[in-house]
Amino acid sequence: MSLDSTAKKPNWFSRLAHPGEFLRWSGPWILPLSLLTALLFAIGLWLAFFVSPGETENVGTTLRIIYMHVPNAWLSQFVYGVMAVAALGTLVWRHPLADVANKAAAPLGAAFTALALFTGALWGRPTWGTFWEWDGRMTSTLVLLLIYLGIIALWRAFDDQLRAGRIAAIVTLVGAVNIPIVKFSVDWWQTLHQGSSVLVTGGPRMAPTILWSLAVMMLAFTLLFLVLHIVSIRTEILRRRATSLARQAAMGADA
Amino acid sequence: MIELGPHAAYIVGAYAGVAALLAALIGWVAWDAHRVRQQLRALDARGIRRRSDSGGTAA
Repeated sequence: MSLDSTAKKPNWFSRLAHPGEFLRWSGPWILPLSLLTALLFAIGLWLAFFVSPGETENVGTTLRIIYMHVPNAWLSQFVYGVMAVAALGTLVWRHPLADVANKAAAPLGAAFTALALFTGALWGRPTWGTFWEWDGRMTSTLVLLLIYLGIIALWRAFDDQLRAGRIAAIVTLVGAVNIPIVKFSVDWWQTLHQGSSVLVTGGPRMAPTILWSLAVMMLAFTLLFLVLHIVSIRTEILRRRATSLARQAAMGADA
Repeated sequence: MIELGPHAAYIVGAYAGVAALLAALIGWVAWDAHRVRQQLRALDARGIRRRSDSGGTAA
C-alpha cells in the first residue's frame, strides 16, 4: 500500500480552518451569493412597497420602516453572536481562522448596529414623538455599538495580530453579556420600544404579507453580511500574508 | 407613485440612509480587498512570494 493511500484526508472542519483552503473554496461562492443577495433585495423591496400594506393600527403609515429597521437590529445581534463563536474558536480551539473571522465581522456589526439605531430614531420620531429615549432597548443597543467600536479600536491598537486576537476574543466574550440585555430589555423593563412581534408564543403578531416581506428582507440582509464577511476574511488572510512577506523581505535585506 | 402618507420624509430618510451606509460599506470592503491584492502583486513583482506559490501569482 502506498503512503498516499494511507494518508488521512483532512476532514471538512480542518479544510475550513486552513486559511489557504478557505481562500480556495470560498472564492467561487462570492458571485452566486452576491447575485442571490441582490435578487432577494429586489424581491424584498417589491414586497415591501407593492404587496405589504402601507399602514397598521399600532404604527400607522410608518410601517415600511420596519423592513429597514428589523433586519439591521437582527444583524446587530447576530453578527455579535458570530464574533462570540469566533472568540471561542480563538481561545478554546485555537482555530486558525477564528480571530480573522472576529476581526472581519466587527466593522460589519458596527455598521448594522448604527443603521438599527438610525432607522429606529427615524421610526421613533413620528410614532413616539422623539428620536431618542434612554430606555432599555435603545441604551443597550447603543452600548452594543460602543462595544463593536471598542473591539475595532483594539484590533487596530496592536501590531501583533495574534496577541490582538486573544485580547479581542476575551473582550468579545465579556461584551456578549450585553446581547441578552438587548434581547430581553423590552421584557425586563418598561420601555418605549415595543416587545417582540415575530418570535412570540402563539405565533407572530402581524399580517402574513408583512411577515413574508420582513422575512425576505431579513434573509437579504443576512446574506449581504455573509458575502461581506467572506470577502473581508479573504482580505484579512491576504493582508497577513502580505505583511509576513514584506517582513521577511525586510529581514532578508538587513541580513 | 406609491402613497407613503404624512410621514414620507421619515420613510424615505430611513431607506436612503440604509442605502447610503450599505453602499459605503460594500465600497470599503471592495476597496480594501483591491488594495491588499495590489500589495501582494507589488511584492510578487519584486520576486517576493511564498515558497508554495512558486511561479504562481500572489493572490
